Amino acid sequence: MSLPTTPSQTVGPFYSIGLCRREDNELDPDGIELRGTLYDGQGERVPDGMIEVWDAAARVWGRCGTSEEAGSYHFRVPRDAAVLEVFVFSRGMLRHERTRIYLREGEDEVWRSLDDSQRERLLARREGDALVFDIRMQGDDATVFFEH
Amino acid sequence: MSVAVDPYEGPVVLGDDPSLGPGVQIDYPGYRSTRWRVPKRPLQTLPEELMALDGPVFGESAIDELDNDLTRQHEGEPLGERITVSGRVLDEDGRPLRGTLVEIWQANAAGRYRHEVDQHPAPLDPNFSGAGRCLTDDEGRYHFTTIKPGSYPWRNHPNAWRPNHIHFSLFGRLFEQRLVTQMYFPGDPLFPYDPIFNSVRDPEARKLLIARFDLPTTVPEWSLAYEWDIVLGRARRGTTPVEQQ
Repeated sequence: MSLPTTPSQTVGPFYSIGLCRREDNELDPDGIELRGTLYDGQGERVPDGMIEVWDAAARVWGRCGTSEEAGSYHFRVPRDAAVLEVFVFSRGMLRHERTRIYLREGEDEVWRSLDDSQRERLLARREGDALVFDIRMQGDDATVFFEH
Repeated sequence: MSVAVDPYEGPVVLGDDPSLGPGVQIDYPGYRSTRWRVPKRPLQTLPEELMALDGPVFGESAIDELDNDLTRQHEGEPLGERITVSGRVLDEDGRPLRGTLVEIWQANAAGRYRHEVDQHPAPLDPNFSGAGRCLTDDEGRYHFTTIKPGSYPWRNHPNAWRPNHIHFSLFGRLFEQRLVTQMYFPGDPLFPYDPIFNSVRDPEARKLLIARFDLPTTVPEWSLAYEWDIVLGRARRGTTPVEQQ
């Protein structure tokens, strides 16, 4: 037996009512700050997006809505995390997209399957004490998204 | 000479296409906001073990008392038609998914969300927040008491109104069973005009988004009842973005 799966629909602009009632962005309170901005295909900041991250190795999860002023998100993630599994949601996205954030140069199968330009677009950069990873939905420097 | 046609200036609702199955067409031009927010490059593939990863598990600590009763979260009762919404969360093999976190949010009976960006000139209800959550039981069942949400205009196109709906967010057992969707009510006259609903191009698959009115589980003299089962799986994409430029 195989049942048809329930279709996806957009989170819409008001998801924070239901999904951001608690602060869920500290995967590790003593971890390192990971922050970034979500951009659309016109280079505009997306103020109604939501990022979910999953450190599958440490089994810690978090989510953060992008800010209404700056389209930015921030997490505190384990210092020894290598890579995070990421879902991106927003108004205008009928289904979430999947990407990965490498917190340092990767060593895994996925990293090896990518070219240099793709690797650059999946690697967080250092800024002071924080790691920064901007997510760009479209364009020449678009983030690499994965089938799912 | 051919004239370039901008698909985003075309019809709001595209015709049916059953070949797309239960997937949603992510680059659906009738829903204007998809235009700049959908990946345009081919997607990369992931190895099987990353498609089969376990996802996060939420326990009872994620739930507060009254989280599943949206009519009892304030001093007084919200205005509107009291309803219960319940159903089962299953995987594609029909197995119940227990301990699944189900989160919902919705407009009030007048069609207004308690959100500062919502400028629809309909009244807020001081007795309604419009948010709930629960964990499924051992049979995969969830249950909410709420009020029926109103319809509201959303400016996607001239005189655009959303059908009544409740937003749902679910985590399955696997990371890839994550689903955010919307539940609709049977017989809504706005269905043919709504590009979000019709972004599911297969009419049979659209039925999967519509709850069933369930007379036996109504509470006499108290509330009407809707039943809606949710199936979490992997094959949900109705189209693959094509390379542009």
